[in-house]
Amino acid sequence: MEQKQLTGSQAVLEACIAEGVDTIFGYPGGAIMPIYDALYDYKEKLNHVLVRHEQGGIHAGQGYARSSGKVGVVFATSGPGATNLVTGLADAMIDSTPLVCITGQVFAHLLGTDAFQETDVINITMPVTKWNYQITDAEEIPAVLAKAFYLARSGRPGPVLIDISKNAQFQLFDYPGYTPCNHVRSYRPKPVIRKEYIDEAVALINNAKKPLVVFGQGVILGKAEKEFKKFIEKSGMPAAWTILGLSALPTDHPQNVGMVGMHGNYGPNVLTNDCDVLIAIGMRFDDRVTGRLDKYAKQAKIIHLDIDPSEIDKNVKADVGVWGDCKETLPLLTLGIEQKDRSEWLAVFAQYAKEEYEQCIQPEMYPTSNEMTMAEAIRVANEITEGNAIMVTDVGQHQMVTCRYAKFNQTRSNVTSGGLGTMGFGLPAAIGAKFGAQDRTVIAVIGDGGFQMTLQELGTIMQTGVDVKIMILNNQFLGMVRQWQDLFMDKRYSFVDIQSPDYVMLAKSYGIAGAKVEHRKDLESAVKTMLEYKGSYLLEVMVGKENNVFPMVPQGCSVSEIRLK
Amino acid sequence: MYHNTDKQEYTITVYTENQVGLLNRIAIIFSRRKINVESLNTSPSEVPGIHRFTIVVEESRDVVLKVVRQIEKQVEVLKAYFNTNDEIVWQELALYKVLSEEITEKVKVERLLREFGARAVAIRKDFIVFETTGHREETNKLMKALEPYGLVEFVRSARVAIIKESAGFHEKLKDFEKREPGEDVTENEYLGKREAVFTM
Repeated sequence: MEQKQLTGSQAVLEACIAEGVDTIFGYPGGAIMPIYDALYDYKEKLNHVLVRHEQGGIHAGQGYARSSGKVGVVFATSGPGATNLVTGLADAMIDSTPLVCITGQVFAHLLGTDAFQETDVINITMPVTKWNYQITDAEEIPAVLAKAFYLARSGRPGPVLIDISKNAQFQLFDYPGYTPCNHVRSYRPKPVIRKEYIDEAVALINNAKKPLVVFGQGVILGKAEKEFKKFIEKSGMPAAWTILGLSALPTDHPQNVGMVGMHGNYGPNVLTNDCDVLIAIGMRFDDRVTGRLDKYAKQAKIIHLDIDPSEIDKNVKADVGVWGDCKETLPLLTLGIEQKDRSEWLAVFAQYAKEEYEQCIQPEMYPTSNEMTMAEAIRVANEITEGNAIMVTDVGQHQMVTCRYAKFNQTRSNVTSGGLGTMGFGLPAAIGAKFGAQDRTVIAVIGDGGFQMTLQELGTIMQTGVDVKIMILNNQFLGMVRQWQDLFMDKRYSFVDIQSPDYVMLAKSYGIAGAKVEHRKDLESAVKTMLEYKGSYLLEVMVGKENNVFPMVPQGCSVSEIRLK
Repeated sequence: MYHNTDKQEYTITVYTENQVGLLNRIAIIFSRRKINVESLNTSPSEVPGIHRFTIVVEESRDVVLKVVRQIEKQVEVLKAYFNTNDEIVWQELALYKVLSEEITEKVKVERLLREFGARAVAIRKDFIVFETTGHREETNKLMKALEPYGLVEFVRSARVAIIKESAGFHEKLKDFEKREPGEDVTENEYLGKREAVFTM
């Protein structure tokens, strides 16, 4: 039988189809033109979203991956196209987001000659990719792409970049068909579960008087939300979340005690330094979570569940490290632990929650001043969506407020740039999130600073007609930096006063409907109009200029030194 | 993060696939943490297709442990070990270029070379190249001793080391080639002997 011949470019697209890719975010250019030429014939099978900037493309890929649980795919050309991916790669790396990025590269014979749009993308992206590889021979394409998808999604997920020289894209070769990859000799996606550590953890939990669970994105990445819920429900323990763990457990679950970390809730932060056993699940003890490390949960025994062996003991020494996939380890723990009523311990959290509500939450959610607050905008959105929307945030004060106050009923509903804190993430990520979950409402909550970093993606919304609700919370400042200058730098407001264009007019120029609210009396109807509108909509909400986000654990302080004002 | 000042020499042994760019992936793990690499050797191992890195750093155990875990996390790294000097046998090779007339005219030089067990590897009319192997202090000593006698050029290789306790990599490789992870997945080996490992 004569073997089928394909070009390298066709093989790339065949790989995407075989991996179940339905949407590609990308931007063409010289060195990736053969792939785009092949894409012309695959338009029926693969939906390509033309973004306005490669950074927008990769953030959209991240949003897609986060809302869908699938691998995000991004195409970009060589040189500047590839370097524009770097921020998104770094973001995906630190937030464990599965991506396969394909970049064009100059002809193999031109490598190292400073050819037009040549850049050493493999070496540039090495620290910010889980794996990367350069292909100069089309014969390698099927196997390398299979490996790329496997590595991106398995184990602790992460971004993979494949750089393909132009000659390999053109090259005709005997296509052997596509074989998915499920094993790489030198790669251990998950460590073997050791029974002795499960037993030790179970014993600690059963003997604990005041256990506290802190969960991160590992629960979502491991698709272990059900297993997690069973675990905490059987043990009756309070469960607090990191910013990326948000939405893995419904907001109104009686054991959900809120967020940990710098702008987290009062109870879980203070009681971190009072609990006797701290069970960390799929989280990595980021410094924004722990505050001052040598005063973090020193009194507690630490149980740390993680799929990545290098996370255990990295920042906080674990008394018991439960290495493994939490989808498998959690049921084993659940099996061993005793059913317990811990209502007394939960009541301590409720006490703190009450104090926080009175001092911070109520004044923010139901303000009496003339100025609107970010929290009341989120509250109004909650009331209309009832917690069913995907909330995508940018980075800054609005991000903390949204994560603190947005209500979530289901998992994969919170998309935010956690580890890297990438301003400009919100708008493109929201576009991607909508493509990844087309039947859900997607609200992008963005500050006036971050919005201006990637607002060119309004063009992508215009062209694709994707339905994204954009809520700009405009405080006319780079608010989070201003807050720090206010609290720690004698109010020396150095370059945080930022002006905005007329966002409604801007949206209009892209054919996107919009409105601006300046008074509380109009807020509810404005949010309602936005959410009921068929198609994208931009709502600019003018909020108080100098509101600070509280509670706050000042940098260098212990989590129990959290300030309510 | 790295407050532990209790630094000593560690030799890190890494078994890897033979892949372009891996040297860089490993190197940036050190440079990102501002750790100076004292010596680095890479060569094929006893197993065909598998490379072996030998890296020497001077750091605390805690730092080395974390670095080794980051190295092991790299997709194309099969296994990484770290050892203190008393757990390994190691050698470095040094080459010394000396002017022939110095050797032939000065009896003392000849005695010196003999004392250090140096071997001539190239003999020319104008110069002779000697070779010794040993620990750094030993090769250093001969370098110092030869300096007054017209040492023209000196070069030393990176450290190569054999782990005393190691049973070789052949057996381990079978595990890696298994589709299912074997019992002996050693990522958690340190947890079994925590007391011995963690000094903090």
